[in-house]
Amino acid sequence: MDFIITLVNGLSMGGTYAMIALGYTMVYGIAKMLNFAHGDIIMIGGYAILVGLSVNPLLAVLFSMLFCMLLGVLIERVAYRPLRGSSPLAVLITAIGVSYLLQSIILAIPQFGADTHYVVIIKDLGSLQIGEVLIGYDTIITLAITIVVMVSLTLFIKFTKTGRAMIAVSEDRDAARLMGINVNFIITLTFAIGSVLAAVAGFCSLLDTPWLEPYYGSLPGIKAFAAAVIGGIGSIPGAMLGGILLGIVECLCNSVQEIAPYTIAIEFIILILILLVKPTGILGKKRREKV
Amino acid sequence: MNKILEPFKRISWKYLINYIAVAVVGLLFTVLTFSSGLPQSTLFLLEKITMNIILVVSLSLVVGFLGELSLGHAGFMCVGAYIGGKVACILSESIDGDGIVSFLIALLVGAAVAGAFGFIIGLPALRLKGDYLAIVTLAFGEIVKTVFANSSEDTFGGSMGLRTPRFDKQYLFIIGFVLVLITLAVIQNLIRSKHGRAITAIRDNEIAARATGINVTKYKLIAFVISAIFAGVAGVFYSFANSTVKASVFDYNYSIDILIMVVIGGMGNISGAIISATAITYINTELQTLLTGGAAVYKDIIYALILIVIIIYNNASALKSFRERFNLKALLKKTKLFNKTRQGYADDEGKWDRVPTKIDMDELLSVDVNVVESIKNPDKEEM
Amino acid sequence: MAEYVLETKNLGISFGGLKAVQDVNLKIAKNEIYGLIGPNGAGKTTVFNMLTGVYQPTTGTFYLDGENLTGLSQEKINHKGIARTFQNIRLFNNMTVIRNVMVGLHNLPEFKCGVIPTILRLPKQYRTERAMVARAEEILDIFGLKELKNTLACNLPYGKQRKLEIARALSTSPKLLLLDEPAAGMNPQETAELMDTIRFVRDNFDMTILLIEHDMSLVQGICDNVTVLNFGTTLAQGKTDEALADPEVVKAYLGDDD
Repeated sequence: MDFIITLVNGLSMGGTYAMIALGYTMVYGIAKMLNFAHGDIIMIGGYAILVGLSVNPLLAVLFSMLFCMLLGVLIERVAYRPLRGSSPLAVLITAIGVSYLLQSIILAIPQFGADTHYVVIIKDLGSLQIGEVLIGYDTIITLAITIVVMVSLTLFIKFTKTGRAMIAVSEDRDAARLMGINVNFIITLTFAIGSVLAAVAGFCSLLDTPWLEPYYGSLPGIKAFAAAVIGGIGSIPGAMLGGILLGIVECLCNSVQEIAPYTIAIEFIILILILLVKPTGILGKKRREKV
Repeated sequence: MNKILEPFKRISWKYLINYIAVAVVGLLFTVLTFSSGLPQSTLFLLEKITMNIILVVSLSLVVGFLGELSLGHAGFMCVGAYIGGKVACILSESIDGDGIVSFLIALLVGAAVAGAFGFIIGLPALRLKGDYLAIVTLAFGEIVKTVFANSSEDTFGGSMGLRTPRFDKQYLFIIGFVLVLITLAVIQNLIRSKHGRAITAIRDNEIAARATGINVTKYKLIAFVISAIFAGVAGVFYSFANSTVKASVFDYNYSIDILIMVVIGGMGNISGAIISATAITYINTELQTLLTGGAAVYKDIIYALILIVIIIYNNASALKSFRERFNLKALLKKTKLFNKTRQGYADDEGKWDRVPTKIDMDELLSVDVNVVESIKNPDKEEM
Repeated sequence: MAEYVLETKNLGISFGGLKAVQDVNLKIAKNEIYGLIGPNGAGKTTVFNMLTGVYQPTTGTFYLDGENLTGLSQEKINHKGIARTFQNIRLFNNMTVIRNVMVGLHNLPEFKCGVIPTILRLPKQYRTERAMVARAEEILDIFGLKELKNTLACNLPYGKQRKLEIARALSTSPKLLLLDEPAAGMNPQETAELMDTIRFVRDNFDMTILLIEHDMSLVQGICDNVTVLNFGTTLAQGKTDEALADPEVVKAYLGDDD
C-alpha cells in the first residue's frame, strides 16, 4: 500500500516537474536557449499568489498566471531578444543574471525579504480514502491540472495554426520566417506559455510545500531542467515523460530513510549519466554541427 | 649587453602589472600588520579578498579563455576545503599542530584532489558544450555538497560541518597574497604561451582548431583541471581561515557569485578579474555592515543589472556600430598620447570581452550525425 | 615513397541508409593540383569531411603517402599531413593574423614545449616562442600579410581572410592541402590572383593540392586532373579538359537536352 501512495505522490510531483520542464523544453526548442530564470518565475508566481490571497484564492492564482506571463514576455523582450544570434554562452550568462535579478528583487522588497512565508491557498484540504489508500486532495488537484495542461498543450501544438507554426520555428527558424511566420511573435508566445505553466506549477508546488522564500524556484527549476534533458530537450512529450520519471524517482528515494538525504545527488547523477550516455535524452533528436 | 637586456624588452606590462599591484598591496598590509597591527575585521576581509581573487582568476581561465561555462566552481572549492581541512586535522594531531608545514601539505593534497575531481568530471563532460556542460558542472557541485553534508560525524563532520585547526595567525592573509601571486603566475603564463593560444583558438572556433591539429580534448581538460586545482587551493585556504567548513557555504549561488565577478571584471581580462573580485568582496562584507538593512539589499539588484547590461552591450548585434564608435581603446588611441604600437613581440591584443559568436546554437549538441539534415543536403552545408 | 600522395579506395559514406557518397577513387600524384567538381549537393564537401576525419567513412579507405589514415581523428589526420580550408572561412577571429598562423605551427616537432616549461617560463619557452614568431612572419611574408600581422583576423578584407586561411593550413606543414571553394565570392581579378597563389604554393611549398571549385575558369586554368561527382558518385575522371568535355558531365551541369 505504501508503495502505491509513493507512486501516486511521485506522479503528482512529477506532474509539477513536467509542467516546469515544458517551459524549459519549449523555450529551448523554439528560442534555442536555456532560460535559467525559468525556475525563478515559479517563485515570483508564488509571491503573486501570496499577494492575491488577501482578496480571493482563485483570483490569486489567475493573477499569478497573468503576472508571470507578462514577466516572461518582458524578460524575453528586454534581456534575451537583443542577444538573439549571439553566442550561447552570452545568452546563458544573461539568463543567470536575470535569475539573480529576480531573486534580488524579492529580497529587496521589505514585505517579502529573506523571510519564509507560509502560503495556504486552500485551507484544510484533507485526503481521499480509497480502500486502504489515503491520497491527499492536493495530490489529486495537481494530477488533474497536469493532465488538463498536457492534453490541451498537445492539442494546441498539434491542431492549431499557431501550434504548428511553433513546430516550424523550432525545426528551422529561417525557413519558417520565409514561409511568412512571425518568428518574433512565436518566440514571445512561447515565453508567455512557458511562464503561465511555471505559474501553474508554482501553484501546485505550493499546495505540496507551502514554505515560500526567494530561492523557492531554484532547485525545482534545476530539477525540472534535468527532467527536460532526461526526456530529450526540445521534445514536448519528452519533458512530460522526464518530469514524471524524475518525480517518481524522487518520491521513491525519499521513501527510503537511508537514501533520502542523498535524493538530490541521485537525481543529478542520473542527469549526468543520461547526458554522458545519451545527451539527446530519451525522446530527443540528434543534431550535428555543420562543417 | 643587448642580450642581457633582451628579456626586459619583451616584458608584457599587461600581465606584469597584476603581479606588481598584488605584491605592493600585500607588502603594504604586511608592513602595517607588523608595525601597528590590523583589526580582526581587516584581516578577515583580506583573507576573503585573496580567496576570491584566486577563485575568480581560475574561473576566468575556463569562462573567459576557453569559452565554456562552469557552474561547479564552488564544488571544486568544497572538495579542496574538506580534503585540506581533514588533512590538516590529521596532521595537527601528529606533527607540528597548526604550523606552516601542515598547511603546505594540506594545500598540496587539497589542490591535487580538487584537480583530480576536475579531471574525472572533465574527461567525459567536456564532450558536451555550452548549456549542457554548465548543467553538468552545476550538478557536480550539488552532488559534492550533498555528499559532504551527509557524511558521518567522524569523517567530514556531517551536517555540523568539519572543525578545522583554524590557522589563527595575524599573517594568514600574507599566505593569501602569496597564493594569489602563484595563481597569477600559473594562469597568466599558461595563457601567454602556445598552450594558451591553443585554448583561445578553441574558444574562437573549435572546428577550425581541430582542423588545424589542436587536440581540443586535451586543452579543454588542461584548462578545466588547472581551474579546478586553484578552486581547490582557495578551498584549502578557506578551511584555514575558518574554524568550521560547512558544505552549505559552497552552494550554487557561490558559483554564480564568482561568475558575476568574472563577467563584471571583463571576460578574459585578468586585471579586471582582480579588481572586480576585490571591489565586490569589499562591498559585500564591508558595506554590508555600513549600509544597514534597506540599502544593502539593492546591491544584488545592481550586480545583476550590471551583469545583464555588460553582456548585452558586448554581444548584442544591434549595438555593433555603437560599440565601435564608443570603444575606449580606440578613443585612447586617437589622443596620440597612447598611440604606441608595439613592435617585435607578437602580443595578443584580442578583444576578449566579446564572447565568440561564431558557434551556432545547433553546434551545442555535437553528438552524432544529424541524419535528417545530412539526407536533405549532404553537401550544401552553409551555402 | 608511395606512388600517390593521396589514394582513396571505394571511399563512401551513408547517412541513415542514404548513400551520400560512394565509391570515390582518387589518385593524386605529388605536386599535382587536383580538382573535385560537380553540381551543388554532389558530395564534394562530404569527401573533404571524410578526408579530414570530420565524418568517418562507412566504406572504403584512404591513404596518405601509402599510410592508411581511415578512422583517425581530425587532429591526428592533421598531424599526419592533411590540412584544409573551409567553404565558409573559419579563422580565429578574435586573434591577430600572426597568432592565427602560430596556432597552425603549434604541433610541429621543432616547436615542442610542454605545459610545465611554459608555466615556469623557462628559457626554452622564450626560445620556442621566438622561433615560432620568426617562422610565422616568414609564412606571412610569402602571402603578403606581414604588414597586417597585428590586425585582428576578423578585420581583414575578404580576399586576405582567404589567404590567411591558406597560410594557416600551410603552417601545419601538410603533405596535402585541401581547399574548399577558395574562389567563392571573388571577382575575376581576385580569382586570377588566387590562381597565382595556388601555383605559387605548389611550387614553393612542394605541395600537393586537392580543391573543390565551382569557377570553371579556375579549374581549367590550374587543375591537372579532375574528378566530377554527381549525386555522390563519380561521373568522370581524368585530364581536366577531357573530363569536362565528357557528355555525361555536360549533361549533369547543363541538364538534359529534352
